[in-house]
Amino acid sequence: MSKAVSRFWREIPQRYNLIGTRCTVCGRVYFPQREVCPYCRRSSLGKMEKIKLSGKGTLVTYSIIYTPPSQFEGQEPYAVGIVELDEGPRITSQIVDCNLDDIKIGMRVKAIFRRIQEDGYTGAIYYGYKFKPLEEHESKRKTG
Amino acid sequence: MRDVAIIGVGITKFGELWDRSFRQLIAEAGTKAILDAGISGAEIDALYVGSMSAGRFVGQEHVGALVADAAGLSTLHIPATRVESACSSGGMALRQGYISVASGMHDIVVVGGVEKMTDVAGGEATNILAMAADQEWEAFFGATFPGLFAMVANRHMYKYGTTREQIAEVAVKNHDNGMLNPEAQFHRKITVEDVLNSPPVALPLRLLDCSPISDGAAALILCPLDKAKEYTDKIVKIIGSGQASDSLALHGREDICTFQATVKAAEMAYKQAKVTPKDINVAEVHDCFTIAEITAIEDLGFFKKGEGGKAVEEGLTARDGKIPINTSGGLKSKGHPVGATGIAQAVEIALQLRGEAGKRQVDDARVGLAHNIGGTGASSTVHIMEAYK
Repeated sequence: MSKAVSRFWREIPQRYNLIGTRCTVCGRVYFPQREVCPYCRRSSLGKMEKIKLSGKGTLVTYSIIYTPPSQFEGQEPYAVGIVELDEGPRITSQIVDCNLDDIKIGMRVKAIFRRIQEDGYTGAIYYGYKFKPLEEHESKRKTG
Repeated sequence: MRDVAIIGVGITKFGELWDRSFRQLIAEAGTKAILDAGISGAEIDALYVGSMSAGRFVGQEHVGALVADAAGLSTLHIPATRVESACSSGGMALRQGYISVASGMHDIVVVGGVEKMTDVAGGEATNILAMAADQEWEAFFGATFPGLFAMVANRHMYKYGTTREQIAEVAVKNHDNGMLNPEAQFHRKITVEDVLNSPPVALPLRLLDCSPISDGAAALILCPLDKAKEYTDKIVKIIGSGQASDSLALHGREDICTFQATVKAAEMAYKQAKVTPKDINVAEVHDCFTIAEITAIEDLGFFKKGEGGKAVEEGLTARDGKIPINTSGGLKSKGHPVGATGIAQAVEIALQLRGEAGKRQVDDARVGLAHNIGGTGASSTVHIMEAYK
């Protein structure tokens, strides 16, 4: 089923550049973007600011997918996990560029820009983030 | 608020029912419940029906009126409402019916649930079920529904030392129970080895960790408790009803292994019922995947967080255990026609409390609990029921 391109187009800033939002009342960071902070609610209205995320994070959990949805057929087996970004928010993404057996909870990962799926042969090609293991020298957590 | 009773139950066979249509299934469940309640049908004031995705599974929306029509109620012109909350659509329909009777708005109310999932090919059914997850921020990136529960399993194993074998024991127990349920989709004994050797779906979960694609329907007749004796002496009183929600995406939760919607819905139901988890004699919990039963029995307070796997392994959740879980066979063995599931769970608890659960009857079942979740726990309902003399 083909979808209107606008559905993807309006998510481009977030999916291409990992732009989240930060509540300037409590300081919590959200990805995907939120209009209202679920902790500050009314007092956060109009006080959510955009924030570019570092793309570095830690793997919270994962699964190796053997029965993919139709758009991902041919890629199986592939890994999908939940990554906790260093700024706080958690996001779901494929974990790539590594041996599936080397994926471990707690490993350090970083976001990369990749093709995610396409809407059939004639539809739009959708891009976004995937995550890969951080090299040793890159893996130091940002402090402060 | 008025006290509310279940005075009639009805359920169809669950399974791949290629010769039965969506409307035939719900009409059968509804008429069985009407016959069981001893009402004529003309007394019915309102209808609530749970269906997750009739539009995608059978190409039909506008399910409230359709179900009233199929059940022969169109000439009564009753209010007929469809309730959607993914896999907890049935539990939500029960709660809406409960609220409408408790409030005094309606007296006799039919609550039903139905799903006809085998009119589409297996792959398409999987895509439709995935719509219970966050389409933009989970499914778009390649997460599947089994994959999300597999992530819960991996985290549970990492954090609490739960073993792959303990998780498999859930499926083994539920298949044992399903053998004794004539309406169950599967009547087949399985072993831990069968589960561990079944094809991988989303590791660590395998095929025999997953509930099946099913057709089926179930229905209940609700009535104010003080009028129930006019119709029947087989009365089950609803003593607690809870409902809660959470972030749609699994990644939105602080603790991947705790479904707060279940914790909150259970708190609400226990408080209203004035009982504690220790008082529950039998429970139907939402085992869409084996790991979901382990998190459910923890979140409902039957076992401490992290000890669910051990409890299953030790037989504490078997029919003769400390707290029998999923005597019907659960979603795993009885089948999981998603919209019907929440109602079917209440049917099983009502039968247990009436002492009519046949070979799977639990001794001295006086208080029972039904727990239904939608998606990866973004919605949850808990209902507590009591045998009423």
